[in-house]
Amino acid sequence: MQVTRRQFFKICSAGLGGSSIAMLGYSPTAALAEVREFKLARATETRNMCPYCSVSCGVLAYSIGDKSKNAKAKIIHIEGDPDNPVNRGTLCPKGAGLLDMINSPNRLKFPEVREAGSNEWKRISWDEAITRITKHMKADRDANFVEKNAEGTTVNRWNTFGFLASSASSNEPGYLTVKTLRALGVVALDTQARI
Amino acid sequence: MTNHWVDIKNADLVVIMGGNAAEAHPCGFKWVVEAKKGRKARLIVVDPRFTRSASVSDFYAPIRPGSDIAFLGGVINYLLTNDKIHHDYVKNYTNATFLIDEGFKFDDGFFSGYNAEKRSYDKATWQYQKDKDGYAMVDETLQSPHCVFQLMKKHYSRYSPELVSKVTGTPKEDFLKICGMIAETSVPGKTMTILYALGWTEHTVGSQNIRTMAMIQLLLGNMGRAGGGVNALRGHSNVQGITDMCLYSEVLPGYLSAPTDGDKTFDEYLAKRTPKALRPNQMNFPQNFPKWITSLCKAWYGSAATKENGFCYDWLPKKDAAYDAMAIFERMHQGKMQGFVCQGFNPLASMANKRKIGDALAKLKYLVIIDPLSTETSEFWKNYGEFNQTDPAQIQTEVFRLPCTLVAEDSGSYTNSGRVAQWHWKAADGPGDSKGDAEIMAALFLRLKEMYAKDGGKFPDAILNLAWPHRIPAKPAPEELLMEISGKALADVYDPKDKTKVIAKAGEQLAGFAQLRDDGSTSCGNWIYGGCWSQAGNLTARRDAADPSGLGQTLNWGFAWPANRRILYNRAGADPSGKPWDAKRAGIRWTGTAWAGNDVPDMRPDAAPEEKVMPFIMTPEGVARLFAPLMAEGPFPEHYEPYETPLDNNPFHPKNPKATSNPTARVFKGDMDSFGTAKDFPYVATTYRLVEHFHFWTKHAHINAVLQPEHFVEIGEELAKEKGIQAGDKVKVRSNRGYIKAVAVVTKRIRTLDVDGKKVHTVGLPLNSGFTGVTKPGFITNTLTPFVGDPNCQTPEYKAFLVNIEKV
Repeated sequence: MQVTRRQFFKICSAGLGGSSIAMLGYSPTAALAEVREFKLARATETRNMCPYCSVSCGVLAYSIGDKSKNAKAKIIHIEGDPDNPVNRGTLCPKGAGLLDMINSPNRLKFPEVREAGSNEWKRISWDEAITRITKHMKADRDANFVEKNAEGTTVNRWNTFGFLASSASSNEPGYLTVKTLRALGVVALDTQARI
Repeated sequence: MTNHWVDIKNADLVVIMGGNAAEAHPCGFKWVVEAKKGRKARLIVVDPRFTRSASVSDFYAPIRPGSDIAFLGGVINYLLTNDKIHHDYVKNYTNATFLIDEGFKFDDGFFSGYNAEKRSYDKATWQYQKDKDGYAMVDETLQSPHCVFQLMKKHYSRYSPELVSKVTGTPKEDFLKICGMIAETSVPGKTMTILYALGWTEHTVGSQNIRTMAMIQLLLGNMGRAGGGVNALRGHSNVQGITDMCLYSEVLPGYLSAPTDGDKTFDEYLAKRTPKALRPNQMNFPQNFPKWITSLCKAWYGSAATKENGFCYDWLPKKDAAYDAMAIFERMHQGKMQGFVCQGFNPLASMANKRKIGDALAKLKYLVIIDPLSTETSEFWKNYGEFNQTDPAQIQTEVFRLPCTLVAEDSGSYTNSGRVAQWHWKAADGPGDSKGDAEIMAALFLRLKEMYAKDGGKFPDAILNLAWPHRIPAKPAPEELLMEISGKALADVYDPKDKTKVIAKAGEQLAGFAQLRDDGSTSCGNWIYGGCWSQAGNLTARRDAADPSGLGQTLNWGFAWPANRRILYNRAGADPSGKPWDAKRAGIRWTGTAWAGNDVPDMRPDAAPEEKVMPFIMTPEGVARLFAPLMAEGPFPEHYEPYETPLDNNPFHPKNPKATSNPTARVFKGDMDSFGTAKDFPYVATTYRLVEHFHFWTKHAHINAVLQPEHFVEIGEELAKEKGIQAGDKVKVRSNRGYIKAVAVVTKRIRTLDVDGKKVHTVGLPLNSGFTGVTKPGFITNTLTPFVGDPNCQTPEYKAFLVNIEKV
């Protein structure tokens, strides 16, 4: 006979002592294990990397929810990837705190604008953000783009607009960033590599 | 890193200088411990502070911030004077034998050709003597007074142990002990590795700090060998990858020098960047430049890029001036910039001289922040009291803040410090409406493209024709992008040795950069990543950690650029006849018919040793440069004082005040006035990371804020006594650019040094503080740092400047 923990307490409260239940052959052990089941047993394991220093430690991110559309994943635990030949499962005090970084109360969640001279943020939609930013960019570019220099050489540069790129981005968005910026004529471009 | 993390375990001697791996790169530092455990390797740490790296070292010596070249130049002098160099290596694999122009001179702190007005050198006399065929001339006997070896010997003969000690503050016996330990690795059977970080780069002589050690490693014969190399422990997790993608002004992806106003046509541009070999039979690998740039233009402009239009060369923006981060903020400060985007970058906190950065941002019309966190830069306009005194009503900059994802919320590849690109998989969506960086860039670009298509505007051609081969245009997939980066055949590619043999069919992914062509038949977004996604699939996602050699090469784990090579210049790990210098740690060897072994050969596979093809294939001379004319301040590193020095002069040139500091350093007009002197600011300051924090991010994470909740500064016991400061007191640290307040930590870890006859105290400044986050709000350390940079790479001098300190 299988007894869950809830049933077990019900039986107890009905006036029978725990020891006498055991004597009758009822054991709650399996049921207890089911209630406090292992968190990671049903979690999805995803191989990822620590975003901090350049050791780029391998990490295993555990999430609940199977990543299907109606089961949005939530990361519940992160630990070092024991297969990674560099960090071999270890993490430092920074990497060990990654979950708190992901869940930081200071994560930005929505596009915002701080209007000229204002003292506060205002939430806006992505569409409004992209519309307003690109309007600025186009006006700036059209007014300040240099097609030819004084000597008449074609230079096609836009140097009143600058961009500092992230060294925490993956290679792929990094590449897309440089590709699109150069197509716009951007020369004032830099990254953390220098500082 | 020329080598890689796991390879550190193969060293006999590990030197940590200009870095603190135990705290800044803890999980990489384990390989130092492994070397100590596995091969009884010894660890030397030279640092202004007795760091945690120092605490497990076999020998520690203190040094005054900003005097590393004096120390390392002294090591060179020791090695040459005591004949502790690897002779065969130096003679064959470096330019020691090369003859330099007879007009080359070094006189009282200046090399020949200095132009004081331009603050730069005319390098005409820094060149090789050439024969009638245009090849560099050499003196195999190393006796000519004009050969590099003799010039180097003469240059460093001034770096006596006495003078070294006087300048660095390192006790002479400590210095000599370290010289002796380093010298032991000059025999072929021993290797030394050097691990450095921003403690070397962030100086007005940063590049030369590193070069001096590179020279030492060449003299010892440690380059290209297991357990050797010059190993930069880099900053961010993908800073190597982003550097390789070249998100900076001087270069295009794969370090292809970007066009400037002087490069009028495509042919002119190619001619200047395609060098001729400087010695017979050399690989001179940069001669392939036309293939790399043509393939890049094809990746960007697709069918619009044709031979007739120079593969759209005119569409690439041409640079007329410097546009590095310092130059950008200088331009912004002058009101020359309209708009600016910070993508995962927090310059208000991370650039030097915070006040200047804040003033500059306030002159923008629009500022866009793309970040997962609420950064200080995004709130530069907001009044945070003493931490950030502003009047928002006066700041007319429109600021947009776009939420982006963090790494676990995105798939893609990261390239670690050891050049190994590794794929990571998305684990969950980011919070709220956050989007990935690629999606945000696509949204901005596609909207602009739509506007230019509809309304026209200045030069829309490059925008309208940019190749965008993405299944979902608004969401370029990382897999699609990595395939583009890696390269593919646009038409059938033939074997150059057998024109009937197709080596890659049209549409196929290429196997590597050797298959790139300059006729438009291949495309490749970044030649050094060529082959990372071949016909075999995504090689960065490989997870076979097998290590048959035992050296930790793991050739089937991820993909190391270039060509999956784990140790650069590995041909130099074998003697001229092709036999490894050390059979127990053999990289590659000549088998009689080909190069093979425990790594991908950094050599033409069939180049027999008799052909004398030298290992440093990226130089036109085929050998490494002890004498390097490309450097801005001189072909040999020379000690110059930091721009803010506690000394009255440069003890190497006490009678020449013009040679006190680097005469070619990057200083903008106006910034000269922002420097302080030892009269008002008598203490040396240096900045660093803490083990519990990563820059300005982790102060937003709860556990890290608990571990290290509040900003502190570290001072030695002697200075504390002098200033009446007790541990736990609140202190004010001032430089000529501003002040910060923090809690004093009084420590034995920072010693007071005897330098040039006076006592020099050092103030240690952790840099992780800021006014946003879940830690206790604090000041930004870079309020104090000077806006002056290295002339080669324009890195600011964060690591050596002057402050004063007092109890609040």
